[in-house]
Amino acid sequence: MRTASHIAALTLLFLATTPGVHAASREASSAGEIVVGSKTFTESVILGEMASHIISNAGLRPIHRRELGGTRVLWSALIRGDIDIYPEYTGTISEEILAGEGVHGEAAIRKALARQGLRMTRPLGFNNTYAIGMQEQVAEDLNIRTISDLRGHPDLKFGFSSEFMDRGDGWPSLRKRYALPQQEVKGMAHDLAYRGLESGSIQVIDLYATDAEIQYYRLRVLDDDRRHFPAYHALILYRAELEHRAPEVVTALQRLEGRISDKAMAAMNARAKIDRVPESDVAAVFLGDVFSFTGDRQAETSVNRFLRNTADHLYLVALSLTAAILLAIPLGVAAAKLPRAGQAILGAVGIIQTIPSLALLVFMIPLLGIGGPPAIMALFLYSLLPIVRNTYTGIHAIPLHIRESAEALGLPPAAKLRLVELPMASRTILAGIKTSAVINIGTATLGALIGAGGYGQPILTGIRLDDIGLILQGAVPAAGLALLVQGGFELAERFLVPKGLRLKPLV
Amino acid sequence: MIQFKNVAKKYDQQYALHSLDIAFEPGRTTVLIGPSGCGKSTILRMIIGLIQPESGAVFFEGTRVASEVVLSLRRKMGYVIQEGGLFPNLTARGNMALMARYLGWAHDRIETRIGELTELTQFPVDGLDRFPAQLSGGQRQRVSLMRALMLDPDVLLLDEPLGALDPMIRADLQVDLKRIFRTLQKTVVLVTHDMGEAAFFGDVIFLLRNGRVVQQGSLDALVKTPADPFVTRFINAQRSHLESVQGGDA
Ligand SMILES: Nc1ncnc2c1ncn2[C@@H]1O[C@H](COP(=O)(O)OP(=O)(O)OP(=O)(O)O)[C@@H](O)[C@H]1O
Ligand SMILES: [Mg+2]
Repeated sequence: MRTASHIAALTLLFLATTPGVHAASREASSAGEIVVGSKTFTESVILGEMASHIISNAGLRPIHRRELGGTRVLWSALIRGDIDIYPEYTGTISEEILAGEGVHGEAAIRKALARQGLRMTRPLGFNNTYAIGMQEQVAEDLNIRTISDLRGHPDLKFGFSSEFMDRGDGWPSLRKRYALPQQEVKGMAHDLAYRGLESGSIQVIDLYATDAEIQYYRLRVLDDDRRHFPAYHALILYRAELEHRAPEVVTALQRLEGRISDKAMAAMNARAKIDRVPESDVAAVFLGDVFSFTGDRQAETSVNRFLRNTADHLYLVALSLTAAILLAIPLGVAAAKLPRAGQAILGAVGIIQTIPSLALLVFMIPLLGIGGPPAIMALFLYSLLPIVRNTYTGIHAIPLHIRESAEALGLPPAAKLRLVELPMASRTILAGIKTSAVINIGTATLGALIGAGGYGQPILTGIRLDDIGLILQGAVPAAGLALLVQGGFELAERFLVPKGLRLKPLV
Repeated sequence: MIQFKNVAKKYDQQYALHSLDIAFEPGRTTVLIGPSGCGKSTILRMIIGLIQPESGAVFFEGTRVASEVVLSLRRKMGYVIQEGGLFPNLTARGNMALMARYLGWAHDRIETRIGELTELTQFPVDGLDRFPAQLSGGQRQRVSLMRALMLDPDVLLLDEPLGALDPMIRADLQVDLKRIFRTLQKTVVLVTHDMGEAAFFGDVIFLLRNGRVVQQGSLDALVKTPADPFVTRFINAQRSHLESVQGGDA
């Protein structure tokens, strides 16, 4: 009786302490707000920031979902309307998104997009095509200048990004085109490939023509002498309805067309990635130089950013955990009461737990899009097992003589559950909720991968920029929150667990 | 009062009770005794409807103990078991009042009843607000008995209520229990494996073996006219046990 209402009160309290911030929830089309997406690499984030400045300058409110994921995630988010705008490349559209449809050239792409309710700006200027690079010194020693020159050196080791390993214009077709003989070809993360070059474990990598690292690592970009790589002209994709909703934004975005050179983009990438200047500032400086654009969009202060991340994180945890508690306790009771269904219930929630959390998040995207809802759903599913299992165990562990005397009193099943079984299992159930909460807080950092924000956001940016400080800005508060919640539950035990159960029996 | 008509109960192929035909008389104390595993607890559980017979039927005050009526029938019975079965999350008072509160008794009525029962069982009033973990074994059994008596049931079912107590406390409680039974004039069914206790309480003794009643009657009848050599053997085994214990001063 009291326990049930205590638990309800506790969860309400938990919700109430979470400011009703919906930053993490999906509201792409609410008035005055325009949602920009960007991919998980610096150039895309800078372009996203540029679009955000432009939106803000037009008097509207930009929301930038940075580092949202790869091409697939951004593309489907745009189609679903989870985002309104994101920067993309002609080559990616032809070779990846619309692969096999034979869409080549700007006009054809524009037509294909229109069928999906999408529009694009004209190319912004630079061509961030794939390229093949080596360290200047190594290339010089071996006298390699073009990709064709690689044919004479079958012992060279290649390290390609996993995306390059299996895309239409990637390694398989490059090898065919140039008849390359090398056998040692590994797939690896792009950032690791640069380190591999430095350590000498690989000699040849794929890169983007505007990569900041070309200069930093003194790389030689090999000439694509057989014209293998298609052009990767950057442009901005947006939803057609934006032309009605915010025509001034579309006009302003069009002013970027043809204005960003290869060199300017590479320099901006280097500023952000190597000099650690925030992408927002890099973009603002460029807009100021080129358009004498006075970006009045204030950069978010670090305190504000921390508060926003905290609010987003609490929102994810509170909602998913509350929902999990509300479902898991009845499920645990059902598992304890119905022996046959019980095994099925425990089995099912157990299986959910075996799905890697990252995979579970990604599975939610086609169902719920990006942002808060899919993250909350995944966290909810993840939080079920400890609570279901502990509820089941707690009820099962009630000694036979107590169950028998409850029955013998003539209490109907529901009253028996409420008055005897749940209070007696309360400590175990609470321990399950505590476990769930701690797991939930940690796992919620992955929510940033699908645009849900939270403490994962600085971690994600920190990984991209190889910046330990930023990673700690996410990891430390997440760990602190977990400790805080754990302490909170230990306190709550005093109120939720009946006193009689906390006593040591008289000997 | 309580009648078993041709009742059989089987656990996994093994019969715990064989077509039992017995009756418990109103206002009297019936003691069930017999070797371990002979089916004593099974009989009590069947009266209160915790388990159902394989065949035959149990009747309580003329009503067949069946699942549709079992909840209301249970409220006319009080059940006390060896381990006490007290709810550790509730105080002594909470344990006693649980069912009355559920049935919507007024606060005053509950308190009056608790007052009567503490007097009857000579339970210390300051123990009422303690949790079971804070009570002695004897006190716990008194609380368990008070809880069973709370709704003023027609029948008291006690399954080795004193089994877990040390001999001194046990002797005290035996005397108190007998006084309570006599005061209340209730129908009592008491399970024990101690012949002395059976003799002390029993208006009627049922001696069971392997799920059958070997003999029923007063201790006198069991000693003087045993229905089966087993009866004598069982009584003698208990007696020689007693003598070996008391050997020193005999
Ligand atoms: N749930 C059960 N499943 C299987 N067999 C059972 C179950 N409960 C009781 N039995 C068996 O039924 C028989 C009678 O059990 P019961 O508990 O009535 O014995 P008892 O006379 O009360 O014994 P004791 O004096 O040891 O308490 C025993 O052989 C016991 O093993
Ligand atoms: Mg027994």
